[in-house]
Amino acid sequence: MSTRPLVAAPPETIAEVTFDATLEERIVDLLRRYPTRRAAILPVLWLCQERYGWISPGVIRAVAQRLGESPAFVEGVVSFYTMYYTRPPARYVLQVCTTLSCAYCGGKELVEHLKGRLGISFGEKTPDGEFQLIGVQCLGACGGAPVVQINDDYYEQVDIKRLDGLLDELTGRR
Amino acid sequence: MEAVLLRARGVPDSRVIATYLAAGGYEGWKKALAMAPDAVTREVTDSELRGRGGAGFPTGRKWSFVPKDHPGPRYLICNADESEPGTFKDREIIEHDPHQVIEGIAIASYAVGAKTAYIYIRGEFVRWARILEEAIEEARRAGFLGKNVLGSGFDLDVWVHRGAGAYICGEETALLESLEGKRGFPRLKPPFPAVVGAFGKPTVVNNVETLACVPHIMTRGAHWFASIGRPRNTGPKLFSVSGHVNRPGVYELPLGVTFREIIYEHCGGIRGGRKLKAFFPGGTSAPIMTAAEVDVQADFDACGQAGTMLGSGGVIVLDETVDMVEAAANVAHFYAHESCGQCTPCREGADWCKDVLDRMVEGHARAADPETLLRICRFSSSGMTICPLGDAYALPISSMVNKFREEFDRRIGTATPLPQKKLPVLPWAGPRPGFGV
Repeated sequence: MSTRPLVAAPPETIAEVTFDATLEERIVDLLRRYPTRRAAILPVLWLCQERYGWISPGVIRAVAQRLGESPAFVEGVVSFYTMYYTRPPARYVLQVCTTLSCAYCGGKELVEHLKGRLGISFGEKTPDGEFQLIGVQCLGACGGAPVVQINDDYYEQVDIKRLDGLLDELTGRR
Repeated sequence: MEAVLLRARGVPDSRVIATYLAAGGYEGWKKALAMAPDAVTREVTDSELRGRGGAGFPTGRKWSFVPKDHPGPRYLICNADESEPGTFKDREIIEHDPHQVIEGIAIASYAVGAKTAYIYIRGEFVRWARILEEAIEEARRAGFLGKNVLGSGFDLDVWVHRGAGAYICGEETALLESLEGKRGFPRLKPPFPAVVGAFGKPTVVNNVETLACVPHIMTRGAHWFASIGRPRNTGPKLFSVSGHVNRPGVYELPLGVTFREIIYEHCGGIRGGRKLKAFFPGGTSAPIMTAAEVDVQADFDACGQAGTMLGSGGVIVLDETVDMVEAAANVAHFYAHESCGQCTPCREGADWCKDVLDRMVEGHARAADPETLLRICRFSSSGMTICPLGDAYALPISSMVNKFREEFDRRIGTATPLPQKKLPVLPWAGPRPGFGV
């Protein structure tokens, strides 16, 4: 399994956004599934995050306009959930579970090691934009504690040695 | 017991529809389509199946609350927002046997008259959302979903809807708000979703595991299902076991098994030969149990009588090395982070508990702290909040304080005063691109 890096569009390129035909086609397909346009907000935001890497204010305005909502409403939705990036993410976002089972099965040590190796705290990015560290709550994989999610992929029963190997592999692949 | 819900685990290509069909898959759906919807509901009611998401409400009764004469559309929602700490069973079902869930969704939709069903899955489960989408496509091509299913005249569309990171969206009314494209703020009940649910229409929300039970009830009968477990606590149940056990994982056992059997027989006992100290029987939202309570039966009623709850069946095992104040602080962090912010007792209370417990962990406990914790918890439980998240943090934390009081008191004896109090300043992560600041 190889985790694909995230590619974040530079802010200036998505200051104003117009959906192209491919994206528009997928939005139309989504709208077919719900009785209201508003219900498509989460899925359309997911499409946008897939395409642009993150949800800029320009993306919020475009989504709002397409779905007939105010930008403030869409912004309110975006900010309620934890998974929409409102600033450009690193290529690899490391989400370490800090909840009970993980914390007691090696998660605490993993967090300390990662902070030391990368020289960053939770919520920060390495200066080269390669890694970002986030402490998250239960990922729903407690049987495989400790769990680290890298971008979309789950890695379970991660110890320090395996994590180091993973990070080496990810950085080596550039 | 014979594997029912997890029978596909370990079978090669278990996710493929051909494998599912070879094992008798979609027979329950065919059987249901030949019955009247009411008869399907009655069969499920007779099985005494109770919801596996946490509340343990009788599934057949939930279905029967949907008004029969409602003119417009109705919806069925499969709750796959598995987020309760210690719970990872729904993911296991989806990983090995997605068609089992889809068949359950189809049967339930038919029983309540829903022509559209949504699977609300937590945003982090990208892989499992994809698995479900592939399985839905397979089922559609095989004629089990879509227009005029198997020539019955019944239409059914099933869509996967991904959440975006919010524990609260596992609560059914928050889920509905989120599905409608809003912030996940729970709604006041009544009206219950069966009457006013998604998009204002009658809606049934069932957990993945609950729905996975349904095809088996259809093919093997309510009587067979009710013969597993205990009266009023029937059927197989998936237990997610994590923490300090030798073999953590998902175990399928009849309801009524004791926690001792789960921990010592199935999970091989405590890691490193250490002693059991405490365990959460059903996710961290259930009051904690001590080692002395390990002989309690793992079912809805026995757990209720023991002053806790079976919840989602997420058993978190803690050994003797665990400091209960630290564990309580960890739990408080979860709920402080996940409170949606609507109700004051939960928003402020969970955060306050977190602050008090962090202070205790750091060695600055005050004499009144244990009582303060209990007071905050009292203020947040028993109907003081719109949804059960108020109880979800108050019950475990107060039970930890009550059952391990000496550990909390010990912190006071050795405490040093809190250093010079700093004004709380919110961390600023820097300008957000595009806002011109």
